[in-house]
Amino acid sequence: MKYSLWNLLRQAPRGHRDWPQAWRNPEPKEAYDVIIIGAGGHGLATAYYLAKEHGISRTAVLEKGWLGGGNTGRNTTIVRSNYLWDESAHLYEHSLRLFETLSQDLNFNVMFSPRGVINLAHNEHDLKELRRRGHACRLNGIDYEMVTPREIKEIAPIINISRSIRYPVLGGAMQRRAGNARHDAVAWGLARRADELGVDIIQNCEVTGIDVRDGRVTGVQTTRGAIRANRIGAVPAGHASVVASMAGLRLPVESHALQAMVTEPVKPVLDTVIMSNTVHVYISQSDKGELVLGAGIDGYNSYSQKGGINVIEHQLEGLCELYPIVSRLKIMRVWGGIVDIAPDASPIISKTPIEGFYINCGWGTGGFKATPGSGWVFAHTIAQDRPHRLNEAFDLGRFESGLLIDEHGAAAVAH
Amino acid sequence: MMLIPCPWCGDRLDAEFTCGGEAHIMRPDPATASDAEWADYLFMRENPKGLHHERWFHAHGCRRWFHMTRDTASHRIVAVYAITESAPEASG
Ligand SMILES: Cc1cc2nc3c(=O)[nH]c(=O)nc-3n(C[C@H](O)[C@H](O)[C@H](O)COP(=O)(O)OP(=O)(O)OC[C@H]3O[C@@H](n4cnc5c(N)ncnc54)[C@H](O)[C@@H]3O)c2cc1C
Ligand SMILES: [Zn+2]
Repeated sequence: MKYSLWNLLRQAPRGHRDWPQAWRNPEPKEAYDVIIIGAGGHGLATAYYLAKEHGISRTAVLEKGWLGGGNTGRNTTIVRSNYLWDESAHLYEHSLRLFETLSQDLNFNVMFSPRGVINLAHNEHDLKELRRRGHACRLNGIDYEMVTPREIKEIAPIINISRSIRYPVLGGAMQRRAGNARHDAVAWGLARRADELGVDIIQNCEVTGIDVRDGRVTGVQTTRGAIRANRIGAVPAGHASVVASMAGLRLPVESHALQAMVTEPVKPVLDTVIMSNTVHVYISQSDKGELVLGAGIDGYNSYSQKGGINVIEHQLEGLCELYPIVSRLKIMRVWGGIVDIAPDASPIISKTPIEGFYINCGWGTGGFKATPGSGWVFAHTIAQDRPHRLNEAFDLGRFESGLLIDEHGAAAVAH
Repeated sequence: MMLIPCPWCGDRLDAEFTCGGEAHIMRPDPATASDAEWADYLFMRENPKGLHHERWFHAHGCRRWFHMTRDTASHRIVAVYAITESAPEASG
């Protein structure tokens, strides 16, 4: 049933008891045209665009837990496209544009809020790096402007721009079209539309093996039995290496715990997003009023969805100096997600040496912003058995050719 | 957060250490290695969910390197051995 004012009014006299379930909970069939491993935002978007753009809807999305329970439901929801290299700029910008109309497209309010994102500079090098990135962005048609400490203070009065702090704010860069979206809503909206288009989303179904015969995939083994398909797209985020190893593949990613936290809710004090690479602090305010704070990754491999408290302490030190009011707030929740980090801080959206097996991973600390764009290009890659122009540079082959897409500067702060 | 038994200093908080990543990666002969072998050496990693042999550096202590075998899902440390030694058999 369409979510509309008309249907809202029609359901009102019935006490809203007749709204149908948002998506089915189907039993797995024996075979599908395509299997997607992982019902995070990226996996769901892949299934959605496979059905919408390529007419392939005999698809199953297999999820070991519940949909959106991975990094999709654990991130700090920053959406932006101000990346340095052309390849990344085009990919993330494509995604940002899809975000702009995603609510209408899905008939589900994903609460995309282009409230602007500011990157802070704390030293001469930061300033130069931001300026350089700004020139690159503008050449790619992406909005990006330098802002002075005074201008930042006007936009965000809670920031401390005193010159006497350890890492003073020397300036910043702002992308006004960037902002936040509601992470759960992105997963739910994509799941609901994909389900309507015939996609089976199968939760509590862990893939435990991948069947390969004569260099081709033929299906998967799961905790709910064997399922056949000639095309399999893996989108398992932090578990990328684990899933790839089931097909005998090695990947250039390592899994780390990344943490975030929220304070108790307060009245609106911040209507933009501010991030800082140098002191590794980023902050925004949710619609509930909580300040959403992101920390860094732990320095060692981990699959435990729980990070070190010293990382939190480090983040809070910088935070309290930059935003003194935070020192009076209580932290309500701290959580972690397992992120798959690639050597060049860029994703891998690629065919593999195994025919019919495709991989989409390496989004690391910053893939939420790419959710619709990643699904869009991955659906194309699976449907046509070749990458789209937007993702051909993001293939596995770049680690052999040396054509890495080094986005450590634009992606260094985990967001 | 882990308590890491440095072979020289004893139990110390993990914040004193730097992790040097996967251990026992062998450098191929640059004169004969193919691009694929070179890529494998430079970039591909085991990244297992479970036991992982890795190198650690006691940065804020004795400043020495050593090897450690750790479970990446539970953070249980099962072996600590010298930087010159190869991986222990059947650790687990
Ligand atoms: C604390 C934190 C903050 C972040 N902040 C931001 C931010 O501000 N902006 C931004 O752009 N990005 C951010 N990110 C990164 C972002 O969350 C991820 O890059 C993105 O959500 C990845 O989406 P996904 O769909 O690929 O992964 P996930 O949502 O993790 O989905 C992968 C799914 O695969 C499933 N799976 C794994 N193995 C199997 C198996 N064997 N069988 C079946 N299912 C399996 C998992 O259960 C999971 O649900 C952040 C991440 C974290 C952890
Ligand atoms: Zn020591």
